[in-house]
Amino acid sequence: MYLMDWLNGSLPWYVAGPLIGLMVPLLLLVGNKSLGISSSLRHICASTVPAKIPFFQYDWKKELWNLFFIAGILLSGVVAGLLFPPAKIEVHPDMQAVWSQYGITNYTGLIPQELFSWDNLFTLKGFMLMAVGGFLVGFGTRYAGGCTSGHAIMGLSALQVPSLIATICFMIGGFIGTWFLVPLLLA
Amino acid sequence: MNQQTLHHSTPPITVTSSSDFKDVRYQDAVCLNESKLKHPIWYNLKYTLLGIVFGIVLIKSEAISWFRIQEMFYLKSFHMYGLIGSAVLTGLISLQVLKLLRAKTIYGERIKTSPKTFNKGQIIGGLLFGLGWAMTGACPGPIYAQIGTGATVSAVVLFFAIFGTWTYGRLRDKLPH
Repeated sequence: MYLMDWLNGSLPWYVAGPLIGLMVPLLLLVGNKSLGISSSLRHICASTVPAKIPFFQYDWKKELWNLFFIAGILLSGVVAGLLFPPAKIEVHPDMQAVWSQYGITNYTGLIPQELFSWDNLFTLKGFMLMAVGGFLVGFGTRYAGGCTSGHAIMGLSALQVPSLIATICFMIGGFIGTWFLVPLLLA
Repeated sequence: MNQQTLHHSTPPITVTSSSDFKDVRYQDAVCLNESKLKHPIWYNLKYTLLGIVFGIVLIKSEAISWFRIQEMFYLKSFHMYGLIGSAVLTGLISLQVLKLLRAKTIYGERIKTSPKTFNKGQIIGGLLFGLGWAMTGACPGPIYAQIGTGATVSAVVLFFAIFGTWTYGRLRDKLPH
């Protein structure tokens, strides 16, 4: 019974948070690796289209572990899709009012299907959300030297002040994006 | 400082200077594998295994849900804050324990983390990433997981994220740091 509950339900933060945090020592113990995911985007550039850009001139094969790690994250999506029924998020009632303005009524899955779909990609708002949003994620994380895993989890765990600054800026950007940019785009 | 002994008691494991890879070390959050040990490529599969575990926790905790990210920024739920806070606390305690124990990797090398240096990129890049995070509901990790769950359109987000990283590399000399 417990297993079925677990399979169908979601993990509370006080269980999932420590499990996420344990990735930091585990990666160090199995091979001296610092948790960080956005670097994989750089390794992909370096291995496919380095285009003589100095930033991509390094031995990316030494960073293969990172690509194996993200392959695991991709596979986790496949595994979760097979094992668990698609999660329907229990949302705060106030959020329903916000999302109904965006035309979102289906809370199943990781992303709202009303916004993120192939059909929507060729509309202005869909293109802005997916393409421009994706571009900002790739450009911003590399400019900042890390993302939520590298800076917020790994960097803060290692008491790095630059990571604290980066994390604060991630949050400020996120608040501006959520409160102003997304409503503007979806108006 | 071309050769540096990592630890005296282990078999003489040495690392060459990072000058060849200075660029990676100097800005990225990720540290280089300083190991000089040569392993067959399939040794990397242990990272795939960890990635699967990591991804499942992210999915099952809804940490990579667009909806939860929205809730977080609307301050309507403690979930994400508790999640990140307890993750950092666990990581912090673990790192202190590893340091106290002078822990070694399973291959006997001293565990090291590299310090990060401040530059303006953490502010400007951080703000830009924050905007993208709010728009896509995804930091880089979740994009991969989303594709795995069958949200194929997330491959477009990934493509543009790679393009964004490439553009950063291209314009890097002209950007303030």
